Amino acid sequence: MEILLVLGLPLLGSVLLALFGARRFAAELNAAMSLATLIVSSLLVLRVIRHGPMLVGHEQFFVDSFNVFLVGLTAFVGFTTALFSRPYMRIEEHLGRVTPGRLRLYHSMYQLFMGAMLLALLTNNMGLLWVAMEAATLSTVLLVSLYRTRASLEAAWKYFILCGVGIAQALFGTILLYFAAEQTLGREGMTALLWTHLNAVKGQLEPRVLGLAFVFLLVGYGTKVGLAPLHNWLPDAHAEGPTPVSAVLSGLLLNVALYAVIRCKVLVEGSVGRSLPGHMLMTFGLLSAVLGAFFLWRQRDIKRLFGYSSIEHMGIITFAFGLGGPVANFAALLHMTVHSLTKSSIFFTAGHASQTAGTQQMDGIRGLLGISPTIGWGLMLGSIAILGMPPFGVFASEFLILTTAMREHPWSTPFLLIALGVAFAAIFSRVQPMVFGESDAPPLPHSPALLPVFVHLAMVLTLGLYMPPALAEWYRAAARLIG
Amino acid sequence: MPTSHLIAQVLNVLAAGLLLISFAMLSRRRTQRLITLLAWQGAILFLSTCLVAHSSGLSEIYYSAALTLMLKVIALPWILHRLIYQLGAQWDSEPLVNIPATMLVGLVLVIFAFGLAQPISMLATTITRHTLGIALAVILLAFLMMITRRKAITQVIGFLAMENGLFFAATSATYGMPMVIELGIALDLLVGVFILGIFFFQIREQFDSLDLHHLESLKED
Repeated sequence: MEILLVLGLPLLGSVLLALFGARRFAAELNAAMSLATLIVSSLLVLRVIRHGPMLVGHEQFFVDSFNVFLVGLTAFVGFTTALFSRPYMRIEEHLGRVTPGRLRLYHSMYQLFMGAMLLALLTNNMGLLWVAMEAATLSTVLLVSLYRTRASLEAAWKYFILCGVGIAQALFGTILLYFAAEQTLGREGMTALLWTHLNAVKGQLEPRVLGLAFVFLLVGYGTKVGLAPLHNWLPDAHAEGPTPVSAVLSGLLLNVALYAVIRCKVLVEGSVGRSLPGHMLMTFGLLSAVLGAFFLWRQRDIKRLFGYSSIEHMGIITFAFGLGGPVANFAALLHMTVHSLTKSSIFFTAGHASQTAGTQQMDGIRGLLGISPTIGWGLMLGSIAILGMPPFGVFASEFLILTTAMREHPWSTPFLLIALGVAFAAIFSRVQPMVFGESDAPPLPHSPALLPVFVHLAMVLTLGLYMPPALAEWYRAAARLIG
Repeated sequence: MPTSHLIAQVLNVLAAGLLLISFAMLSRRRTQRLITLLAWQGAILFLSTCLVAHSSGLSEIYYSAALTLMLKVIALPWILHRLIYQLGAQWDSEPLVNIPATMLVGLVLVIFAFGLAQPISMLATTITRHTLGIALAVILLAFLMMITRRKAITQVIGFLAMENGLFFAATSATYGMPMVIELGIALDLLVGVFILGIFFFQIREQFDSLDLHHLESLKED
């Protein structure tokens, strides 16, 4: 029942907003629908904590500790982003960058995007997972090109073609997976694509086929995670789309795509052993972390900067999942949570910062503290948090990942340390002059909603200082599931 | 059984036709021709799916064949034709650099595809298992086409050709995916083409052309 509501509400919201999205109350309706989704998602989370995994709807939907945590996170960030988007898009409308008609498209697609991501998380069917991921891409293409500028059209085109080709590879991987499963599970009853059934027989699946399938699945979904060298679409789409979209792309979509990779990895590991998938994930992860960090130096646009930072962090998380084992998986899940919360809050402040300065170029943004202390401090604290300074939660997860890497694969630690160090120097040296210094920019026409920023950062801080035992136990259960 | 042998032969011929069309697409300049070739690819897929349905006796494959007929032979080519007509791009052609070199790369890709598909074909039990290599080759050739072309519409045609290859791979290896998934894929494809249609107009409004070399300003400097 909860699952039906979790999936139905965003869909309903999308239809309602397609009808009324141009009215004055559309932004409030968007936030209300997101709040409703958050409430039913929380009910779902509570239910899974209390009663354990559940399998419903002719086995088509499956919820365990792993995906329910992402469902909760997705619904939460979806709601806070909707709160942020309300004044942000008003200001954009005030500045004449969007029209009411485009706002209608924006609100409707926002809900559809949420629905697609939640479907991808909740479905038990590997084929449906693919369909949902593709739907998530399609619903955001028009969001990235919302401003209809040349740059935004180019970004959206790149996003569509690269992710489209990537996801076509994932479809081929899914076909191979189905092919392997069909020989064990048979065509009857249509169980051969259900993850729970595949998981039960994963030891009997043909390793050669699964190995090949994993290559395609990793490349396919990895494109959407933003793993180097398939990351080209990511900084463009983050920089040119409206900021709320950048926040949900970075904070949520990358997580959901990684979730798809990990679900596949669990199956493949059961068949071909841990070595091949683990090493592939580690290689892609390290490459993305190092490349992402070095590209940070060359950025002039504030949203591109944090787009590359997302590539770096997704690389670290992918690497940690590649390491495997309870500690690394625990750290990876924690890092997914804190990265998602921190990065979305950074995009919130970066969005308002570029609105006050009238440009996304970092050279043009100066003295944020003088214009609005909340924006300035939000950006500063967010950057410190994302750079992994204690006492924020990012420090805890990165520390765990580093120590595990040192113990199990010592060769990888220099790469990780270089990535972290370079990223620190690059981001800090850019953010510092933006926050401090003098500026005479006029204040914003609508007061920004920065409550979400500080709520997110407070949560990240809490996770760094003290993790509630119930939450830790929950992460541990999820980490065990991944193996 | 002689009939099943005959059907297998016909299927092989159809698969060869599919591969031939992929090569033809690599060398065609005119957008309209490419759309026609795409429709032909769809028609071959429809025929081969019908044959597979007949020989395997699985009735659900007929639905998937009907879906192919409606979507890939009729709807998508029709939408694309209308689109280029409205954009006034029906007589567009694009200069192609070095067709022989592209063809050679294509040949290498086909060999690679067969090598990759060999171990999987051995495991398959379907009547079409020998065509899996061709399906993979069609996917890779479509990919090659997307890389070598500079026009937005041509890239989309390449994308759809790739999807045709994927569909063919699914029928060759496993007699197709479950119906729900096929419907989902078809829906995504249709929505995707609609969105692209909107997109083309936005691109042309901004750039006065569908040439993608305008879309190369976002990069690291």
